[in-house]
Amino acid sequence: MTQAGKHMAEELLAIDGVTKAYPGVVANSDVSFSITKGEIHALLGENGAGKSTLVKMIYGLVKPDSGKMTLRGQSFAPAEPRAARASGVAMVFQHFSLFEALTVAENVALGMENPPQMRALAARIKEVSEDYGLPLDPDRMVGDLSAGERQRVEIIRCLLQDPKLLIMDEPTSVLTPQEVEILFKTLRQLSAEGTAILYISHKLEEIRALCDGATILRRGKVVASCIPAEKTARELAELMVGAVLTPPARAAKKAWPETEAALEVRGLSATSPIPFGTALKEISFSVRRGEVLGIAGVAGNGQDELLLALSGELRSDPQMVLSFGKPIGALGPSERRAAGFVAAPEDRLGHAAAPDMSLMENALLSGAVRKGLTRRGFIDWGATASWAEEIVARFDVRTPGISVAARALSGGNLQKFLMGRELSQSPAVVVINQPTWGVDAAAAAFIRQEILNRAEEGAAVVVISQDLDDLLEISDRFAALNEGRLSPMRPTEGLTVDEIGLMMGGAHGMEVAHHGH
Amino acid sequence: MDLGGINPAVLIASLMVASVPIMLAALGELVVEKAGVLNLGVEGMMIMGAICGFVTAVETGSPFLGFIGGALGAMALSLIFAFLTQVLQANQVATGLALTLFGLGLSSLIGQGYVGIKPPATAIVPFGPLADIPVVGRILFSHDPVVYLSIALVAGVWAVLKFSRTGLVIRAVGESHDAAHALGYKVTRIRILAILFGGAMAGLGGAYVSLVRVPQWTDGITAGAGWIALAIVVFASWKPWRILIGAYLFGGITVLQLNLQAAGARIPVEYLSMSPYLITILVLVIMSSGKGRASLNAPVALGQNFHASR
Repeated sequence: MTQAGKHMAEELLAIDGVTKAYPGVVANSDVSFSITKGEIHALLGENGAGKSTLVKMIYGLVKPDSGKMTLRGQSFAPAEPRAARASGVAMVFQHFSLFEALTVAENVALGMENPPQMRALAARIKEVSEDYGLPLDPDRMVGDLSAGERQRVEIIRCLLQDPKLLIMDEPTSVLTPQEVEILFKTLRQLSAEGTAILYISHKLEEIRALCDGATILRRGKVVASCIPAEKTARELAELMVGAVLTPPARAAKKAWPETEAALEVRGLSATSPIPFGTALKEISFSVRRGEVLGIAGVAGNGQDELLLALSGELRSDPQMVLSFGKPIGALGPSERRAAGFVAAPEDRLGHAAAPDMSLMENALLSGAVRKGLTRRGFIDWGATASWAEEIVARFDVRTPGISVAARALSGGNLQKFLMGRELSQSPAVVVINQPTWGVDAAAAAFIRQEILNRAEEGAAVVVISQDLDDLLEISDRFAALNEGRLSPMRPTEGLTVDEIGLMMGGAHGMEVAHHGH
Repeated sequence: MDLGGINPAVLIASLMVASVPIMLAALGELVVEKAGVLNLGVEGMMIMGAICGFVTAVETGSPFLGFIGGALGAMALSLIFAFLTQVLQANQVATGLALTLFGLGLSSLIGQGYVGIKPPATAIVPFGPLADIPVVGRILFSHDPVVYLSIALVAGVWAVLKFSRTGLVIRAVGESHDAAHALGYKVTRIRILAILFGGAMAGLGGAYVSLVRVPQWTDGITAGAGWIALAIVVFASWKPWRILIGAYLFGGITVLQLNLQAAGARIPVEYLSMSPYLITILVLVIMSSGKGRASLNAPVALGQNFHASR
């Protein structure tokens, strides 16, 4: 696995004592590490550990306050991404920096300094993409591509610049296991050709399989560097968190008296209200009290639509969604909340939370019905404030106070607040899309434990997630969404990653075309 | 064919003239919106163009300088919009509406001494014998240079947006300013330039109203043409050639209702003169009811302010 980097230990990039502070936080404090030519180097750390700031400095998006960087023996201080690209640094972003309404070739052209004529560029895209086993059609609209294919566009865009250092920020979070394998093959090929790769991820098993070296950051400081293959995933996680982790405990199943399912979905079909969305096709499942159903799938295969249909934002035929035998398919969100439903959508800012409203107001927006925070049309601000305080304290939300706008919180902190808000409404049915998206290992463990606690108290839980760890750790039964259809349900125990990958649609017809090896 | 005293060749020829102001303004607004900015101040910029063009033409005696002056005057007004929305992050809708009101007031102030004066005439392009061809000559070869310029500009904007790197960057900025910023494009600078272009085009259109179409100065001379131009951008679903079609359609309705009035049609004048605006509303309703088909082609970042804080 560590074939590259050993025969050519020539230093490519050295970071020396780099510090960057924002008002109120030190994102990077005296960070130093180096990458050799052809090395695949992992940058590990929890959210807010300063990984993103660090790579943004290497890519010229952020200027360091002090410290220096050296690229191929020369001082390196890119003032803008253009300068970084000219020096041979390329970056694949965590949230794709693609334009949906433009074609693949146009997207690639936008990321290049001196793009050739469109026709020549299209031919180059075809050629390079096939060389690296990532075939792409340059004339397709990016909005129509799957997440895996979009990532290919980003990678090809970088490869056409012939980079010396390729930065990848969480590249596998949207891929099926099979797609990850294809990506790793490409990365190893690049490494063998002498391109160094700086790889950011918190999927520890992947880092152990792929990377030659790792630098671990905690609260902006380098706390360790190691060879990932020599450590266990658990040791790596504990280095990141700086504490010992306890996996969530599952209580023994209780038997509940109700004979009917708390949530039953029968042949649910619905067109998507989202542009470029996926229609739901004939989805059926049922969840009983105390049970956790896990739904996997690559982003954009109907997860958002399923959540909308369950929360009541997307209404259907009354008989398509039932709760304890009562048809509720035609009810809206408030009526469903009154009936015991809570729902947490994936998109934190704009869907789950109103970005410019305070945490207290956001707590009210979803909790008003179940927590009885309004009386005769008037808001009980006292009760709302104390409930919001309670959520902040219980879920360890790091915020100056509950009157801070939701937008001002970091992603992980807001996620903790939003999960807390939904899970502390004593629900009968819980529907969550991406419960641990962007939160660190310790907080993820806590959120998973809280979900299990609700199930133990008798709630029926549906967890939709792209994070297989979430699902394998907490769900009793498991299914996957693929192009709006739900795979048959399987008990989670005994499932292998390969089987799950196939349930998620395998490599989505993206064939491997690796030449020479 | 004779439609109750209306000659079709003359009708088409005057339709081409009538549609020039809205076509120019809509074309400018198209570029602005493609860059992700919604400037509702088109009406205000047009009327500033009308008065500045008028004043320059009267003072210098040159219609050519008049058009330049009109474009510059409206561009100056659009610079206010650019500064407020792009630098100070003001709300685009409110700023655009304020710009219209400000433009209407300021133009009427500047124009106080110019009521009742005739501007220098804009010459017709001499096509020689071509203009004498029956019907075709009247329709195609009997216009002033701005008519031809406006059609050339449609082709130019189309080609730039579709084939050039500049056009690609403009579209990218309007599609996702965050992604464009991440790639290192100067979102604010590109948008300001687009706004200035939109201002110049609206000014050119406005100057055409006061120098050729009417030609004289009265308060509120553009009479809502800016709003029609805004509607045409949506009608055209942000495609330059459809701007041409849209402008001819609306220009046609305007000319037709004038002709009907002149021909003494037995419909009250008020109904006829409100018809272009009614049709505008109707078209917008039909376009947007088609299950978001028009909105699908809208630039995604349209009307959203960009702040490079992250």
